[in-house]
Formats: sequence, structure tokens, C-alpha cells
Amino acid sequence: MIRLERRPTPSRVWAAASPLVAVALTMVAGGLMFAALGKDPFEAIRTIFWDPVFGEFAWYFRGQLLVKAAPLILIAVGLAMGFRAGIWNIGAEGQYIVGAICGAAAGLAFYPSESWLIFPLMVIAGALGGFLWAMIPALLKLRFGTNEILVSLMLVYVAENLLASAAVNWLRNPDAVGFPGSRNLGRWEAASNPELIAGTGAHWGVVAAVIAVIFAQIMMTRHLMGFQIRLAGAAPRAARFGGVNTARLVIFCLGLSGMLAGLAGLFEVAGPAGQISIDFASGYGFTAIIVAFLGRLNPLGIVAAGLLMALTYVGGEAAAANLGLPGAAISAFQGMLLFFLLAVDVLSNFRVRVGRGVVA
Amino acid sequence: MDLSSISPTLLIASLMVAATPILLAALGEMVVEKAGVLNLGVEGMMIMGAISGFIAGVETGSPWLGFFVAAIGGAAMALLFGVLTQVLLSNQVATGLALTLFGLGLSSLFGQGYVGIKANSLKRLDMGFLSDLPFFGRVVFGHDPIVYLSLLLVFAVWAFLKFTRAGLVLRAVGESHDAAHALGYHVRRVRMMAIAFGGACAGLGGAYLSLVRVPQWTEGMTAGAGWIALAIVVFASWRAGRVLIGAYLFGGIVVLQLNLQTAGAKVPVELLSAAPYLVTIIVLVLISGRAGRGGDTPADLGKPFHAST
Amino acid sequence: MKLTTLLAGAMALGLSTPVLADAHDPVKVGFIYVGPIGDGGWTYQHDQGRLAVEAEYGDKVETVFQESVPEGADAERAITQMALGGADIIFTTSFGYGEATNAVAAKFPDVKFEHATGFMREYPNVSTYDARFYEGRAVTGTLAGYLTETNKIGYIGSFPIPEVIQGINASYLHAKKINPDVEMVVTWAYTWFDPAKEADAARAMIDQGVDVILQHTDSTAPQAAAQEANENGGRVFTFGQASDMAQFKPSPRVASIIDDWAPYYIERVGAVIDGTWEQQASWGGMPEGEVVIGEITDAVPAEAKAAAEEMIAAITAGEYHPFTGPINKQDGTPWLADGEVADDGTLAGMDFYVEGISGDIPN
Repeated sequence: MIRLERRPTPSRVWAAASPLVAVALTMVAGGLMFAALGKDPFEAIRTIFWDPVFGEFAWYFRGQLLVKAAPLILIAVGLAMGFRAGIWNIGAEGQYIVGAICGAAAGLAFYPSESWLIFPLMVIAGALGGFLWAMIPALLKLRFGTNEILVSLMLVYVAENLLASAAVNWLRNPDAVGFPGSRNLGRWEAASNPELIAGTGAHWGVVAAVIAVIFAQIMMTRHLMGFQIRLAGAAPRAARFGGVNTARLVIFCLGLSGMLAGLAGLFEVAGPAGQISIDFASGYGFTAIIVAFLGRLNPLGIVAAGLLMALTYVGGEAAAANLGLPGAAISAFQGMLLFFLLAVDVLSNFRVRVGRGVVA
Repeated sequence: MDLSSISPTLLIASLMVAATPILLAALGEMVVEKAGVLNLGVEGMMIMGAISGFIAGVETGSPWLGFFVAAIGGAAMALLFGVLTQVLLSNQVATGLALTLFGLGLSSLFGQGYVGIKANSLKRLDMGFLSDLPFFGRVVFGHDPIVYLSLLLVFAVWAFLKFTRAGLVLRAVGESHDAAHALGYHVRRVRMMAIAFGGACAGLGGAYLSLVRVPQWTEGMTAGAGWIALAIVVFASWRAGRVLIGAYLFGGIVVLQLNLQTAGAKVPVELLSAAPYLVTIIVLVLISGRAGRGGDTPADLGKPFHAST
Repeated sequence: MKLTTLLAGAMALGLSTPVLADAHDPVKVGFIYVGPIGDGGWTYQHDQGRLAVEAEYGDKVETVFQESVPEGADAERAITQMALGGADIIFTTSFGYGEATNAVAAKFPDVKFEHATGFMREYPNVSTYDARFYEGRAVTGTLAGYLTETNKIGYIGSFPIPEVIQGINASYLHAKKINPDVEMVVTWAYTWFDPAKEADAARAMIDQGVDVILQHTDSTAPQAAAQEANENGGRVFTFGQASDMAQFKPSPRVASIIDDWAPYYIERVGAVIDGTWEQQASWGGMPEGEVVIGEITDAVPAEAKAAAEEMIAAITAGEYHPFTGPINKQDGTPWLADGEVADDGTLAGMDFYVEGISGDIPN
């Protein structure tokens, strides 16, 4: 009989070692899957995990890791605060889209001005767009007690329709002879979010992600708000009696995560994506939820999780292109990695005992 | 605009078909949540049901066998979630999301040889003269068997939760797993069974898409239906009858918006397209306002259970 | 700055060696797909083109592809990756890859790029190509005019972009020539791909008396909805889209518009092998074999089939243009005078309905 016994305090050794165990297990299971698909498992694993960081073209892919990880981290940091407080914003994807639309629209309203004010204005508009979109579930929750998981989720679909409408109609590039999609912001210096240091992939979104992580880390450990968030999540009743203003907490957590998601959208549309298009939304908002949990809702952990997730995307694409692996195998592989990471987490909180025990 | 070209009879008949996948999935998820478990992986289980049912349907030529295998496929995915969250005590929200990601990937892998193939579909039942009645013939007596199965299931779930001892235990586990445990109920076992049932229902819902409503296999064909099912559970405040209303309401708006467009209504397409989601939000607001603050939510929803003794 | 470092990197690695210099190596041909090969429609047909290239050139080529590449930032990375991996020519097979294709083309001047359905050619190593699907629509529109008894034909559109609007106009004009009372019902799905929604859209049309459905979305869901209606006493016809959708023959699917990219891909890859590749904007249609009408089944009256075949022959021979005047715009203003033929510029940016179609293009 195998049973689990709760550790008095989470094991530090296992907390550090469990992600490595999970990655190793994923390599074994994923390797089996790749072999079953008739591909060389060792080459596939190397292409996914090694080549983007140390391979022949690592000078290009290291930058791309940052490009891919930055929006994930930026969104996940915001979400994690809410999750800790038991406030479930599942609709970051919608806030990301609305942030991008608002930011791009604010900029394009002044096209073709070359004023230096345009980009800062776009940043503000993007943050505000995400914030306001997140305020809808927040205020409905406070006023009517509606469930924020569902409202924020439904608003993702509304945002997607808004995006299609923007790309096809009101933000459409007038020079593109009827084709959908806005002007390319990357070609308009005043509105673009370029690579700051050549070859690093680092754009303003990466800077923002770093700032957000530092800010979140300080707030969670040193500030009263961080304490209130942790208290509200761990012991909601105690928090209420302890004078935590629940309404303020809901506004803060949803607003902050919406704002960060909006910012991520803005940096993406002005930088790597370049334009508002029908397919602009690429699922960052949903993936960031997973990143937040993989990082154990801890800002520094989220950085590591975001980079790992980015690695499986970038490396997975390389494996798909170079080895002819079906795209579906890569998402299944990512799913496996997540399962293993979640599963081995048990080791840091519990001790595995073998022997007779009370059946739970 | 020519609204007279919209026939209420056909509209209702169509909405029942459009709503059945989400009805099945939502009904299963409701039972899971009643047991205190939040499984956000409905989409992943649905799509696995869609592909496993389709493969079985094509290989055996029997849609019934397809539905059977789909239920097993959905349940197998659900049990993966169950092992992780109930035995290994992983976080339910994250595990559910991972399940969706995994299901979408795995289903496309399985489905690679099954694109562009037609499976035998289930025919509408022919109930003799009943099916020829005006209005009722089409709306009540003119559907395929799964539509009736889903309605039967709504009734069965309602009766199970309300009248049976097992239903009482399941609700007790969802309300307070510690109390249920203290009373000697097997919290984990009850939850595992609920999770498997939820997966089987989601699988059936997915197979309804691939075997009846569309019917074909295409990657990612659930296209968000699993998320809608989750919304409907809350919308329904965890009651079987209201799950039915919610699913039919949602299906109705989906079908109505397309009918309005076809009839030439002068409403922006984007707005029509977003209407099902906006209406869901509005209804959520109305319902929450009346029912008070989450009074119907199972108290231990989403909380991990570990017997410390 | 980004450009120069990348260039330097590419140079250092010897990737920009001219193709002719290593003529003994197989030419590496890359494809970027927007959907999974298993979509049974758009991407599937492009992949058929890739396989045709392999069959044509054998050892002389090596093909690589990547499926389900999202448009935007991920596309740029995927294309760059292919170029870094030594591809000599890369086909980017969706409109949304335009910006990314040109951005990567700037960094790899010796790699050839071919962008489908777009219009941006900012560097000499970028070509664009598209197919005149409206030629096929003229044929299916003609058939629809013969087939409809309710005088209502339906068109399931994806998004209101020029290609789809060309298709709606071409179908309507030719249906009306046969049947002056015909009415065109347009439903915008606002998705490229959602089989359940396409099925519901088709059902809504059938419920409202539409008996011929033309689709501009790629799944077979509308075909299945029509078949179901026919099994229950209906009389509804459909046309295959992108691929043949032969499994619904002979009815409801009575014909199809097939995207055949093989001739173009074989020609362009051949040009790279010979070293004769040059930038161009290609817009091929039936004469080039890029738009093919699948088998017209016997469910169609002989008279209709003959008319359709005559039109196919005329378009293929270059004797007939589907947009030949007199044609007025929806508001009644003249567009094309008698005998005048639409110019490609107006067609490529078409954003208006022709006279007789009711309803507005969403905007």
C-alpha cells in the first residue's frame, strides 16, 4: 500500500528537484511518443530542449525565447496575484486582445505623425484597455455576485469578435486594397516596439515583464497588499474579520492582471506581431494561466516557467519543421510536460510511504 | 429583412441539435462539480470523445459503438485528471487546463488518418404518424436518438441527485469532504466516479459533434464548446433542469443569430456573432442577482482533499 | 541593426551561398501552413501541391513544412527558421503571412519567397501568387441558377474580404443570367474554420428555403447538413470547396471548385532548380490549371451541365471573363460598360456587391 503523508513544511529539496524530475519524465514519455511516430526520439528531444539554447542557430533562437516568454510572464505575474487571493481571472486572453486593439487604435488615430508621444500614449491606452475589460467581471462580481471565471471567459469570445471587426473594418489598413489587417506598426517608427539591443529579442515588453516581476516579488513579500492577498487566499474568513477590504482586493487583482495582459497585447501588436489581424490572438492569455501555476504562483518561479514554456514552443516548432513531426505531437508533448510537472509537485508537499496504512 | 422566412418549428428543432453537445458536457460537469471537483478540461475530454467516437464509428460502421467508445475515451481522459488531482493532489485549475491542451494535441494525432472520411450517422427516429404531426412532429418526435438520450440523462441526473442515497453522498462530498470523510464515506472514490461520469458525458457530447451534428472529423472541431459547457453549469446554478434550459438557450441564440443573418436582419455581424456570449453574461448577472451570492455553489468546489488520518 | 546582425550571421554560416553553386544538393523547398494538413481543405490542398513537387522532381528536391503556424510573430520565427535551415524557396500559404514573409525576405536575399493570396512584394526575392477562384464561382453560379426551384441560393462567407466578395458577385451574376428571379442570401460565419457553426449556418439557410448552398468555408459540414435535409425529404444542392468533397457525390454535392496548386509549385520550384526564378505576381485560374471544377454529377440536368462545361471551356480558352459588362454596382451606379472587362486592380480590392444582391457587406 502506497500512501501520502503530508510534510510539516514543503520540502525545499523536492521543490527544487521536482521540475527536473518532471522534465526528465517528459523526455522519456515524449521520446516514446516520438519513437511511436517513427522519429528518432533522441534527435527530437535534442531539437526541442538543446538546439534553441545551444545549437547552431542559438544566436537567433535565444532572442526568440525572450520574445515568446515575455508576454507569458507579464500576463502570468498578474494572474498569479489574483489566483493567490482566490480571484480567478481566466479571461486574460480577452484583456490581451482588447489591450492590443486599444493601443493600436490610439496610435493609428495619429497616423502618420512622428511625435515621440505616440508610443507612450499607446502603452497607456493598451494598459487601460486591458484594465477596463477586466473591470467588467470585477464590477459584475462586486455588484451582482456573478462568477468572474465565466464572465471573464465569455468576454474572451466577445473580444475575438471585436478583433475580427477591427481587422476587417474600422482599423483596416486603407492602403491594403480591401485586405483585412491594420497598418503595420513596426514600419512606423513612432508607434513601433523594436528590439532594443540587436539580436537579443528584448523589446519593451521584456523590460515591462522584468519590472512586473520585481514589483510583484516586492509587493508579495514586503507590502501590506501582498499580505492581504495571501491571507484572502489562505483563509478568506480570517481575512474578512482581519479588515481586508474584499471589494478593493477584487478590483486590484482583476485590474492589475487585466492591465498587464493589456500591456502584453500592446507590446505584441506594436512589436513582434506588428499589426492587428483576424488571427492576432495566439492563446497567450490561456497559456499564461498554466505558466502561473507551473511557477507555483511565485513571480520568480513564473519567470522560469515562462522560459521553459517558451522553449517547448520554439523548440517544438523547430522539431516540427526539421523532423517533420506533426504539430499535434508538439501540443501533446507540452500537455505531457504539464501533467508531469503537476504530478511531481506532490513530492514537495507529501512524503511517499510504502506500507500498510489507513485507507483514505 | 424578411423575418417571416424564419420558421419557429425548424428553429426549435435546429437549436435542440445545436445544444445537445454542450448539454451533455455540461450535465457531466455539473455532477463533477456537485462532488466538489472543478474540471476545466471539458474541452479536452470532448475532443477526445469526438475523435475516439469517430474512429470507432468509421472502423465498425456502427454509430452506436462510436458513442460507446467516445464515452470510454472521455472517461479515460477524465481519469487522468482524477489521478492527478485526487491521488497526486495537483491543482485542479491548472490540471484541467493542461488536460484541454493535451486532449487537443492527442486527438489530432489520433485523427491523422481520419480526415475527409464520412462516418455512418444516426438517422432521425421515425415515429410513424407522430413524426408527421405539425410542429410537434418535428420538434418533439423528429430527432435522432442521442437528443432523447440527453434529455433522459437530464432527468436521470436530477432524480439521482435528489432521490437516491448515492446522490446524497455525492452532494455531501461536494459540500464538505471532511464531514463526509468523518461519516465514513470514501471521498476519493466518490469523486473519481463523478469525474469519470463527467468525462463520459463530455465524450458523448464530442461524439455528437463528430458523428451527428457536423458530422466529420476535423482537428479542433469542438471550437470552444467545452468552455460554454462550463459556463452553463454555473448559469444553471448546479441544477439539472436549468442546465437543460441554459444549453437550449445558448443553442437557441447561436441558431437564431444565423437565422437572423440569413433573413437579412440589419444588425452588425460582429454583434450577432458575439451575442451568445453577451447574452450568457447578462443572464449570469440576472441569475446571480436573484439567487444571492453563490448560494448554490458546492462549498468544497475545487478544494483538494487529503485524509490526514 | 537586427537586419545586419542576422545577415552577418547568415553569411558567416554560409547560408547565403547562391543556389546554383551547390546545384548537386537537392533544392530545399519549405512550406508554411496556416492550418493542420488534416483540415481537408485549404492547407490540405497546399500539401497536395507539395507532394506533387516531390513526385515531379524526386531526388532533386527536399521538402519541409510546418503546420498550424499562427499568423503574426510566430510566422516570422517559423519562416526564419526554415530559411536558417537552408531552404532555397519558401511558400507561405496564407494571406496573413505577408508582413512576416517580407520581413524575413529582407534578411535572406538569396532565398526565394512565395506568398499566397497577398499583394506585398517589397524585395526582389518575394513573389506573390493567387488563384482566380471567381472563375470557378461563375461555373457553380450557373449551375445554381439551373438547380434552384425556390429561387433562393445561399452563400456561406468566412470574412468580408475581396476574394469572398468576388465569389459572391460572380456566383450571383451567373445564377441570375440563368434565372432572373434568383435571390442571393449571404451568411457571414466570421470564422475560417468552425465546422459546427458552418453546419448551423447551412441548416439556417435550408430552414429558410434556400435550396442551393455555395460555401466559402472549408469544412464538409454544410454538405452533411444538406444531405441530412435530403434524407428527410428535402431538395438541397451543394458544391465542394477547396477540395473535391467527393464523399458527398452525386448529391447533394453536384460539383466542386478545387484549388490545385501543383502546377504553380512545380513551375516555380523548377525555376529555382534551373536558376531562372524571377519575381512575379501570379494570378492564375482555369487556363493555368489552378482552379479546377470537380466532376459535375448526373444530379444536374443535362442542359445545365452542358452550359457549365461550355463556360469552363470558354474561361479556360481565355474567351470569357466572368466579370464582363454591363454590370452595375449594388446602388445602381454603372461599374462596367457593355463588353467591358473588369481590371485586376479593382477585382483584387473588390469591396462592393453588384446590383441585385441585397444586404450590406459588414463594416
